[in-house]
Amino acid sequence: MMSEVVIQKPKNEETKPKKTVKSYVSKFAPLIGLVLLTTILTFLSDKFLTMNNVMNIARQSSINAILAIGMLLPILTAGIDLSVGSILAVSIMVMGIVSINMGLSPILGILVCLAVGAAFGLINGLLLTKLRLPHPFISTLGTMNIARGIALIITAAAPIAGFPYLIQFLGREFVGPIPVSFLLVIAVYIIFHIFLTRTQTGRYIYAIGGNKEAARLSGINVDRVLIIVYVISGLMAGLAGLVMVGRVNSAFPLAGLSYELDAIAAVIIGGASFMGGVGTVWGTLIGAMIIAVLRNGLNLLNVPADFQMAVIGFVIIAAVYVDVLRQRKGKKG
Amino acid sequence: MVTHAGSLLEMKGIKKSFGQNHVLKGIDLDVKAGEVHVLLGENGAGKSTLIKILTGAYEKDAGEIYWEGQKIQLNTPVEAMSLGIATIYQELNVIPELKVYENIFLGRELKRRGKLSLLNQKEMRKEAERCLMMLGQSPALADKQLGELGIGQQQLVEIAKALALDAKLIIMDEPTSSLSGTEVEQLYSCVEQLTEKGIAIVFISHRLEEIRRMGDRITILRDGFKIDTLPVQTTETDYWIELMVGRTLDEKYPKQSFTLGEEGFRVENIEVSGTKEPVGFSVRYGEIVGISGLVGAGRTELARAIFSADVRGGGKVFIDGKEIRIKSPRDAIDSGIAFITEDRKSEGLLLDQPLDFNIAMANMRKFTKKSRLVDLKGIREEAINYIKELKVRPNNIDLHARHLSGGNQQKVVIAKWLCTQAKVYIFDEPTRGIDVGAKVEVYRLMNQLIESGAIVLMISSDLPEILGMCDRVLVMSEGKITADLEIEEATQERIMKAATGG
Ligand SMILES: Nc1ncnc2c1ncn2[C@@H]1O[C@H](COP(=O)(O)OP(=O)(O)OP(=O)(O)O)[C@@H](O)[C@H]1O
Ligand SMILES: [Mg+2]
Repeated sequence: MMSEVVIQKPKNEETKPKKTVKSYVSKFAPLIGLVLLTTILTFLSDKFLTMNNVMNIARQSSINAILAIGMLLPILTAGIDLSVGSILAVSIMVMGIVSINMGLSPILGILVCLAVGAAFGLINGLLLTKLRLPHPFISTLGTMNIARGIALIITAAAPIAGFPYLIQFLGREFVGPIPVSFLLVIAVYIIFHIFLTRTQTGRYIYAIGGNKEAARLSGINVDRVLIIVYVISGLMAGLAGLVMVGRVNSAFPLAGLSYELDAIAAVIIGGASFMGGVGTVWGTLIGAMIIAVLRNGLNLLNVPADFQMAVIGFVIIAAVYVDVLRQRKGKKG
Repeated sequence: MVTHAGSLLEMKGIKKSFGQNHVLKGIDLDVKAGEVHVLLGENGAGKSTLIKILTGAYEKDAGEIYWEGQKIQLNTPVEAMSLGIATIYQELNVIPELKVYENIFLGRELKRRGKLSLLNQKEMRKEAERCLMMLGQSPALADKQLGELGIGQQQLVEIAKALALDAKLIIMDEPTSSLSGTEVEQLYSCVEQLTEKGIAIVFISHRLEEIRRMGDRITILRDGFKIDTLPVQTTETDYWIELMVGRTLDEKYPKQSFTLGEEGFRVENIEVSGTKEPVGFSVRYGEIVGISGLVGAGRTELARAIFSADVRGGGKVFIDGKEIRIKSPRDAIDSGIAFITEDRKSEGLLLDQPLDFNIAMANMRKFTKKSRLVDLKGIREEAINYIKELKVRPNNIDLHARHLSGGNQQKVVIAKWLCTQAKVYIFDEPTRGIDVGAKVEVYRLMNQLIESGAIVLMISSDLPEILGMCDRVLVMSEGKITADLEIEEATQERIMKAATGG
């Protein structure tokens, strides 16, 4: 028998804070940034806001968007996953071996690709929780190198090409004008949104990022949740690899090199806190879009790649600074 | 503008809002040199906010501040410090890895003359010794590693830091809430020595006995207004309470007696680190059992061991005579144990999450529907209930826990554990930092828990509270239970004696 405290029914007199313009501005800062950026680029280039180009952006953003949503989870727990770019590579190389070199069924290839991603994520999670490595920066830095090494070793550093249609489907096909890869992104983001806001494990991810000790003492199995987090992140790396193979119709061992950095950038630009516990799925989507729009726009304006890098660096710092300003404002009232 | 003669500090018409929340609505405060000026008010009345304006941590929206008759602007903590305003927050700002004198001079180290600008350790040590001696401490303390000291002495080091700055006003925001009896005494005598030297103290506390003992004048705040400033000696405590809560309080300790039932909870051979001798005790239905002792006596450790908050060495826990296996906090919660931790910021709350999530966190399972989705509406409704029940203010569950006053944060932690609907409640310093009115609410709640058939254990450093609410008192010293007293035989002296190992 559990004891119960007698509590009266609510009388619905809860005071709601009036939402001020300021609070909306700060909440939607990334979205406002994206809209501003789009508007500016529309004026600067008449090629920018065409159906063709928009679909192009949607397609170009999809790999990073998938990696970023995976990355959101470790960052929410105040962690990081540096290994996703390398996991992507090893996943597609194994898929290449299975479905082309060994000639097995493409379905099996796809499953193997996702499984390899998840398996490396599992290793990350176990290194963190069972070996108790002090910070995921270290464990995933290790697996980043290991996974890349394996990708090179198992294929003797050679690319694999000529994938069957089924494997290429996600990255290559269109439904009308809309790329399938972008529909996949939307579906994945909706699932993640529900996962993070409406499931127990999803809520625990926020709890752990907010205060690990409080979460543990509240009965949350922190290790289990962290393992799930890194498995999902690895799985998303595998999925992103699948999209990539469809796009370029080949798998090469240096694929996804330094992709983890764009994924981290998207999450941070999207308003997540590096300290953990704060961040949303839609923010991350907007972060990924901002990066894609920026890259695309700078290309249209014929800005050289080196400059593009500098601009993206600038945007990361600006986005985080806006966040810092916002918090300082809160303090000063 | 005319200022009070002899006032060291005057604040006039201070206003401050956070968004729509008008916290200070025109507060006046004057502090004279050499006095202990107490700020009293309910949780969320705005005491800490007023202090933060005075220390330059927050910007005021309106009002004026005069320092020694001069109008001043305070924009940063450094400015306040250079004027001679020092603050001792409840969370200590010291570095355990450094020595005491290094802590005292942290950030403004004395240098030797010459190009190399080496540290002048001799001078710093000497000055630190002088400050420590002003507080009645042995000068040898200056050379100790700070981390080796108890909380009480660490706090004295903070005060010494203020003295080394030549502070004229020292603000203490609930300084005694984590100190044990003797440490509190030590603080009292320090404060006396400081006021004799003409240093003014602004003191925030919810402990009325200590206000009576130490305070010269008391300013009472309610809902962002200053109600009155009174001399402490010539006014009644009940009158303060009345001004503070806006009504009279019937009783401070609403003790109810219930018929004593069977044994419901027992622990055997629990090991508390530092001693060879394992600990055991039992609790019956219908009684509130208090655990008293000095800070560091192992009370929290005992609770953590029962709860398996850390890896547990050995020992057995029984509920209703049946042994339960606890390997993790999850197991403990599943078997019906709730552990209301003492440090709300580091062990209790998700500061950047709304209140409903904080309250539901330990019992998400209950709110997970068959579809495996979390019932957000259910969480919200339940959280609203608890917030009403415990009178959390402001009663807005969308607020992030960070933005509640200390006492209201404590209430949210209590709500979280009530929400697990446990059978055994271990409260660790449950009324720390909460106002008299809210304390009574917590005590009533314990009564309700007992009445509904729960087991209640209360760890507390507040002796009057133990004596006022418990039926039985366990006293701990150095990791052992040194006394088990029925309330009739428990006196302050007997408890203190057992607590000091006698
Ligand atoms: N940074 C902030 N943002 C929003 N609201 C705040 C902030 N700081 C304080 N408040 C609000 O201001 C009010 C007063 O808080 P304050 O901490 O001054 O109370 P207090 O008198 O010190 O209470 P306690 O006795 O519980 O410590 C509370 O309602 C609190 O929610
Ligand atoms: Mg306060």
